[in-house]
Amino acid sequence: MADDSMRLSKNLLRMKFMQRGLDAETKKQLEEDEKRIISDEHWYLDLPELKAKENLIIEEKSFVPCEDLKYGRISFKGFNPDVEKLMILMNPKDDDDKEEEDISRMQTDVTDEEMALRYESLVGSMKKKFAKKRERAAIEEEDINQNTETNTKRVFLKPQD
Amino acid sequence: MFSRLKNKVGEVLLPGDEFCFDTDDTISLTESVKAEKVVCGPGLRRSGDRLVVCKSGVLRHKQPNVFWMDAQQKRYVPAKGETVIGIVTTKSGDVFKVDFGGSEQASLSYLAFEGATKRNRPNVQVGDLVFAQFLIANKDMEPELVCIDGSGRANGMGVFGAGGLLFMVSLGLVRRLLAPGSEIMSDLSQLFPCELVVGMNGRLWVKASSIQRTLIVSNLLQSCENMTATQRRELFKRVAQGAL
Repeated sequence: MADDSMRLSKNLLRMKFMQRGLDAETKKQLEEDEKRIISDEHWYLDLPELKAKENLIIEEKSFVPCEDLKYGRISFKGFNPDVEKLMILMNPKDDDDKEEEDISRMQTDVTDEEMALRYESLVGSMKKKFAKKRERAAIEEEDINQNTETNTKRVFLKPQD
Repeated sequence: MFSRLKNKVGEVLLPGDEFCFDTDDTISLTESVKAEKVVCGPGLRRSGDRLVVCKSGVLRHKQPNVFWMDAQQKRYVPAKGETVIGIVTTKSGDVFKVDFGGSEQASLSYLAFEGATKRNRPNVQVGDLVFAQFLIANKDMEPELVCIDGSGRANGMGVFGAGGLLFMVSLGLVRRLLAPGSEIMSDLSQLFPCELVVGMNGRLWVKASSIQRTLIVSNLLQSCENMTATQRRELFKRVAQGAL
């Protein structure tokens, strides 16, 4: 019905039921046209050059990062212990070496080897503790020679009339 | 431009001096042309493509690329993130008005304290001293203070000070006190137990075990402003002997 005298409008042609008969190519064309229309309507700044240069100079209004100033609350000789704790927390840490030494070797600590030995025996004893009675018996038998017979499984015995 | 800035470090500059990215800078073919970021601190400003000095003083530098002007002043200009001591002047509805010594008063919301909710209001009265940091601080808007950090913890901020003495010093002295490795601080720590709160707006609050000691510490700090290092050390020695 689409003669020259009567042309279908663009909006009508864009509707889904009209496009089922089209080829893939014409569909793509239509999509591209639509995208072009939409992007024309979007407003954008026509100044791409400015953005590249803005990164070079960064403004900083405060003195604190420039001079590495310390935290504002200060206490001397334990006058206020809460503030002293805060001072340690908030001030940038300088003596990293001292801290590392303390952590690695303290006198009351257990060394790594002792820890490993303890764990070996610990795992075995914990396993034994939570094993069921039959498994525990099986574990004990493994140590003895394999002379004992395996336990026969008890089956239901039918009562004789 | 970076090299020219580095050459001028330690020199006295006046407002109006400019540093711009020239095409005269030789581009070496061996190194990659990487534009270096320059961080300009207080006293330096960016106008378009150039770096302009807007305060007279000495140019300082910190590795790797921070430059700023070192100058003296007494009037505080708020900057975001700085901690100051403020005095609560009015309590209007949900907001406190705090005077920090700037051109206008800052607002401090009652929800900006640790553990504050609408039902659980913080105990702040008119005339209290608060240690807070700036959330908003620019020339176009009213400055706003908060007593918590980004994750909601107080970190020592909030109302402080029963007793003690509040006094004003110049901003340069405050920066000298808070600089890492400050001699004044190390000398003070030898004297007697005391507690200090230092606000970047030039306000100091001191508390010691007796009123006399508090006054001694405040006088020492105020006089440190105009003394050389040797004079100061002598003064501290005299005070230490006198105190004992």
